[in-house]
Amino acid sequence: MRLVLERRAERSTTAAIASPLIAIALTLATMTVLFALLGKSPIAALGVYFVDPLTDTYSLEEIAVKATPLVMIAVGLSLCYIANIWNIGAEGQFIMGAVAGSWLAVRTHGTDVGCWLLPAMLLLGALGGALYALIPAICKVRFGASEILTSLMLVYVANFGMDYLVRGPWRDPHGLNFPTTGEFDAAATVPSLIEGSRLHLGSIIALVVVMLATVLLGRTLMGFEIRLIGAAPRAARFSGFDANKLVLITFAVSGALAGLAGIIEVAGPVGHLDPGISSGYGFTAIIVAFLGRLNPLGILVAGLFLALTFIGGENAQILMKIPLDLTRVCQGILLFYVLACDSMIAYRVRLLRTLPRPAHAGA
Amino acid sequence: MHDIPQRGVSPPNQPLLQAKGISKLYGTFLANDAIDLDLFPAEIHALLGENGAGKSTLVKVIYGLIQPSAGELRWAGQKIVLAGPSEARALGIGMVFQHFSLFENLTVAENVALGLAPTESFAAISERLAETSRIYGLPLHPKREVWRLSVGERQRIEIVRALMQNPKLLILDEPTAVLTPQESDQLFLVLARLKSEGRAILYISHKLEEVKRICDTATILRGGKKVATCNPRQETAASLARMMVGADIGEVKEASGRGRSAPRLVIHKLSLTPDDPHGTRLDEISLEVRGGEIVGIAGVAGNGQDELFAALSGEQLSPDPSAIVIAGRPAGFLDVNARRRLGAAFVPEERLGHGAAPRMKLSENALLTGHAASGMVKRGFVDKPTTLAAVDRTTKAFDVRKAKRDPEAVSLSGGNLQKFVVGREILREPGVLVVSQPTWGVDAGAAATIRQALIDLAARGAAVLVISQDLDELAEIADRVAVMFHGKLSAPLDAAAATRERLGLLMGGAAPERAATEQEADRAVGA
Repeated sequence: MRLVLERRAERSTTAAIASPLIAIALTLATMTVLFALLGKSPIAALGVYFVDPLTDTYSLEEIAVKATPLVMIAVGLSLCYIANIWNIGAEGQFIMGAVAGSWLAVRTHGTDVGCWLLPAMLLLGALGGALYALIPAICKVRFGASEILTSLMLVYVANFGMDYLVRGPWRDPHGLNFPTTGEFDAAATVPSLIEGSRLHLGSIIALVVVMLATVLLGRTLMGFEIRLIGAAPRAARFSGFDANKLVLITFAVSGALAGLAGIIEVAGPVGHLDPGISSGYGFTAIIVAFLGRLNPLGILVAGLFLALTFIGGENAQILMKIPLDLTRVCQGILLFYVLACDSMIAYRVRLLRTLPRPAHAGA
Repeated sequence: MHDIPQRGVSPPNQPLLQAKGISKLYGTFLANDAIDLDLFPAEIHALLGENGAGKSTLVKVIYGLIQPSAGELRWAGQKIVLAGPSEARALGIGMVFQHFSLFENLTVAENVALGLAPTESFAAISERLAETSRIYGLPLHPKREVWRLSVGERQRIEIVRALMQNPKLLILDEPTAVLTPQESDQLFLVLARLKSEGRAILYISHKLEEVKRICDTATILRGGKKVATCNPRQETAASLARMMVGADIGEVKEASGRGRSAPRLVIHKLSLTPDDPHGTRLDEISLEVRGGEIVGIAGVAGNGQDELFAALSGEQLSPDPSAIVIAGRPAGFLDVNARRRLGAAFVPEERLGHGAAPRMKLSENALLTGHAASGMVKRGFVDKPTTLAAVDRTTKAFDVRKAKRDPEAVSLSGGNLQKFVVGREILREPGVLVVSQPTWGVDAGAAATIRQALIDLAARGAAVLVISQDLDELAEIADRVAVMFHGKLSAPLDAAAATRERLGLLMGGAAPERAATEQEADRAVGA
């Protein structure tokens, strides 16, 4: 017996929906094995991971808070990935957006500058992320440098840049030497949606981003251009589209969304700039983008699911002493299964009887 | 009724290779349906059929590239299972593919050595190569790099490489598709010699005249099934075509009263260096196509046709704006969409991946060339009903057969997708149409529809430029024919003067005057 992959005549819609669900099921199975190896009860652990966070309001709000940056970044990344452009550096663009927006908050700290402050910070955040993303884009267009490497390496540059700022010029003089800026003023803070809750305006912005991306991809000529360049580059050229222009546009847009997510995170739930603002959102968003099938609505669901694993992972660490690293492992395994299951959309798996192989017939 | 056992040469009774009830299932698609085939020594056996009839599948089974779903192969009476081409070669089956697998930057001898067992020294291989090419009259320089060679010469490498393994059965997949008529004649001499040595030859083709001329037996496939095995010399081209297609093919009708108007497409001293180092440089190409006229460009593939198409469509910009003039406007600097807005339309050779995006719906493929000039886009938003209406109109006007209203392009058969891609452009009523290989790999019915549409478009006043390797096609539709060779374009010949012989000489690189005189000399000798 042997397994063969057979190309389907048309992409299967059923498989497109089933693929992420199968991937999640396989991940859960793998996690069960890992929990058992750690000597924990798999049933109790899975309960803490995936069920308990859904049962109280605080955790549900936290899931939304965590999902907000993931969804915003992943929507931007999906535009790149659909066009076969590989922006791996969203983490760096997230940080640079946070830094650019924070600059205004730090400069105006303690002064009353009016209600334009927060919109200006968000704008600067998006601009910072976009400009930072344009570096690998220009290197690719101008010099043919692989955007995968350059965008990834620029993450570390952004990280150390921020480190320098919060340990040096922007350090809070009253912060007991901790590497952090002072808490932002109220005017420089993203407002909460519900009084006393951490759920903030950023979640609404993320929903708007999802809606805009759905319209962009499904209804506009630009969306068609993005999909065509990814699906058939030579046909896109025949259609009169410029591949280089699109590299610049998609990098700028995904960088702007990552930067916006960065400044919203800093001016919202965190409230100040410090080296711990991102728990790897820019990288986790890659998983979110693929788990959501590079579709904005799918990404919304996938973002909420990944946020659930973050919250569940923290609970599991507190309640069952399961290391937080296991959450990371599971997220990586999830991406692995998603990509593997994706091949079922264009292919069908069949089990074939092996033909009997006789001895070499005499020639 | 066509099962005629007698053959031109009396073969030994034992078939060399026997295929019995070969079936091949791809998913739910039955590419081969219980096909029987007997190949005898010293026999040239034609495998005839339209694209998609199952010829390639059957040959791949015989060469061990794929496993049949059912049925068996027998070699000299013994049942065999071929796990791969190397086992087929070890048995004595050689194959020359339509698409060559040669390394451009290596020499002829290096390419041959790569395909042989590593037991022989390189010097010995070079010597054997020179010997084989001398014996069979297939001249080759072992030390030349492949990229310097013409398509005909490259095919010789493939044939010599196959012959050096001393095959008992040689399979040739549409070998004359890339040859000039004269080169084809040379090839037929080689095949006759191989036959006289007692080798079996399986000859895949859809050129009926050729099959009648050189083949002893023909097996005809249609829709994956064997229709008949017959002696092609006792059939007419029409009767063979009827078996291949399963119906009579409509004749292409000349539209009456086609007037010529002013030139709508002018190419003036166009020279262009390609980006690709192995591409062909265009050298001072000049041509005028007037409204109401169909001009053909003949030539062996790889002589600059692709580069010329890219320059005309605007995928490659020209160094001089007035090198290409469309509808009276210098267009050399304009991109493809600006040229479309001037009323030009283009159909590239590759349907999948160039003319259409395989995994996109037909409505999106209508948008692919329609977004610049067809009202399909309003303020950046795609007007889906307009694109769907364009699909419906094309479907109706060109009889595009498909499973649902708006399927993915890749799910259409080659002929239907080509009708869609050509129809998409013609329904925009272009003033200038440039089309490359309009009926390449298309069934006879679709080819007739497409050729008729081109003639009708010219009759409505458009200038039509057809780049084609198919001389029969050009003879059928073109008013004038020019020939491309090494990036140069000959002066166009009027249809009456463009005989196969004369075009063939130009395709082989003879100077136009020489082509004419040689032909006259031939005539003098023949008289």
